[in-house]
Amino acid sequence: MITATKPAAVPVVPLRFSLPIGGVAGTSFKHEHLAAILAAGPQRGFFEVHAENYMGAGGPPHRALEAIRRDHPLSLHGVCMSIGGPQPLDKAHLARFRSLVARYQPAMVSEHLAWSTHETSFFNDLLPLPYTEATLRHVCDHIDQMQEVIRRPILLENPSTYLAFTGTTISETDFIRSVAERTGCGLLLDVNNVFVSATNHGFSALDYLADFPLSRIGEIHLAGHDEQADDDGEPLLIDSHDGPVADAVWKLFEIVVQRRGPVPTLIEWDSKIPDWPVLQAEAAAAQAILDRCGTAAAAEDRHAA
Amino acid sequence: MPPEPLSFAAAFAPALLDPLRAAPTVVTGPNGRTAGKRYDVYRNNVTVSLIDALAAIYPAVQRITGADFFRAMARFHVRENPPTSPLLFEYGRGFPDFVARYEHAQTMPWLADVARLERAWLDAYHARDAAPLAPAQLAAIGPERLADLVFTPHPAAQIVRSDFSAGTIFAANRDGASVNRIDASTPEDALITRPGFDVIVQHLPPGGAVFAICLTEGRPLGEAAASALDASSDFDIAANIAGLIGAGAFTSIAFGDA
Repeated sequence: MITATKPAAVPVVPLRFSLPIGGVAGTSFKHEHLAAILAAGPQRGFFEVHAENYMGAGGPPHRALEAIRRDHPLSLHGVCMSIGGPQPLDKAHLARFRSLVARYQPAMVSEHLAWSTHETSFFNDLLPLPYTEATLRHVCDHIDQMQEVIRRPILLENPSTYLAFTGTTISETDFIRSVAERTGCGLLLDVNNVFVSATNHGFSALDYLADFPLSRIGEIHLAGHDEQADDDGEPLLIDSHDGPVADAVWKLFEIVVQRRGPVPTLIEWDSKIPDWPVLQAEAAAAQAILDRCGTAAAAEDRHAA
Repeated sequence: MPPEPLSFAAAFAPALLDPLRAAPTVVTGPNGRTAGKRYDVYRNNVTVSLIDALAAIYPAVQRITGADFFRAMARFHVRENPPTSPLLFEYGRGFPDFVARYEHAQTMPWLADVARLERAWLDAYHARDAAPLAPAQLAAIGPERLADLVFTPHPAAQIVRSDFSAGTIFAANRDGASVNRIDASTPEDALITRPGFDVIVQHLPPGGAVFAICLTEGRPLGEAAASALDASSDFDIAANIAGLIGAGAFTSIAFGDA
């Protein structure tokens, strides 16, 4: 039995749209864009927030999120649960997460295949883990626990990584597929992460996507990255979320949508935040691909049937 | 310690905030290549993001010191005291005391108090929503019973006392305007509240801080007024109580003997 403190009595924001939300493009929600978004009125799409930013007791953050959520689907994206870490999940953090889910009724809830806390230190980064039978069991236990506490399935996001563990015995795609099969969770495919990791580890992004359980995807992330060099002068891509989506990532996205059909797709932009029209234009570009390739994928399905 | 297959975090974590430690040996680049600069990406992400978190919590301190000074100072603090909660808006509670001890900040003895104001500002920003006490509720109390009144502090209300002009320095450095020379030597007490949407920082008059602290600690109005008069002979009880209620410092009143 997992215990969690009873969520505080807070107003629940009612749903004004049907679930699931289908193949629509959304953006990260940043407070500097609030006025522009509200001025434009309700629009197609969704907004994603980092759950932890709304775990304060009250104040302007909740007012802003209520205003956005009133007319738009919300994606609640956790970045600190430390699901991939060896130590038990933080019960207080689980309870806070549950309260947020109950209050804002998000269309999607996601977390990362990563860890960020060790002993008492929170490192504020998505740190990598080795893929072994032991870590697989551990990650599945943590996802079972989180899903039980928040009372709904989560989407687990594939990581971007810069190095590998010598002890790894399972491929990342096999590891992720096993997690989804054992826990019933869905998957959040971050296409930029696939491209970043493929470059950094010298594997083919297309091979990775061919091995990825596409039917489990409930959301896609697209973001910009930065390029540095490793000790041997080889390119080392950094998952920086601070610029436009790269052309190569757009191409991979099209391929995924052609195979998978349209799913909610997020333009993720977390630092060097541009003006709202710039972010909106990136989302419009994603929406165009979803509409074009999604229709083609649906036609192909009918043809096959 | 977790069993061996789960010891990866214990191997990976210690060098993240310690530049003198070598990168862990359990990780590798592709084809057995060294992981040095690859591990450094994580080191950099951790350190820079935590310094950025402090810069977001303490923008006036950074504006006063300049970014290079601030980031060097923050780097020491991040390495000594990484966050213990995943909620970064809770981070940095030890930073004002660190600033007070920081060798290179000794020429700015008011800097730690400016940091205390910024930390209080952020706590008020995230505090639980609550309706402030309406002035009419106090007006309904008969004068003979006023001395026994006790006040419930609003969740956002805080008092920060300073031997320096911390409030003036804070206010001048939190907006984008250019800052004229400020005489830092006037002691200032600040009241931080959030009666509605916005956090408000106000100067308290002489005796006002002692009065407000007594009331937020739950001591009756008569006792609080006596303490304030002890602290400052020109303490004005009517103006101070009206000021505190007007700023949204309380949510309700009751009788201490009830």
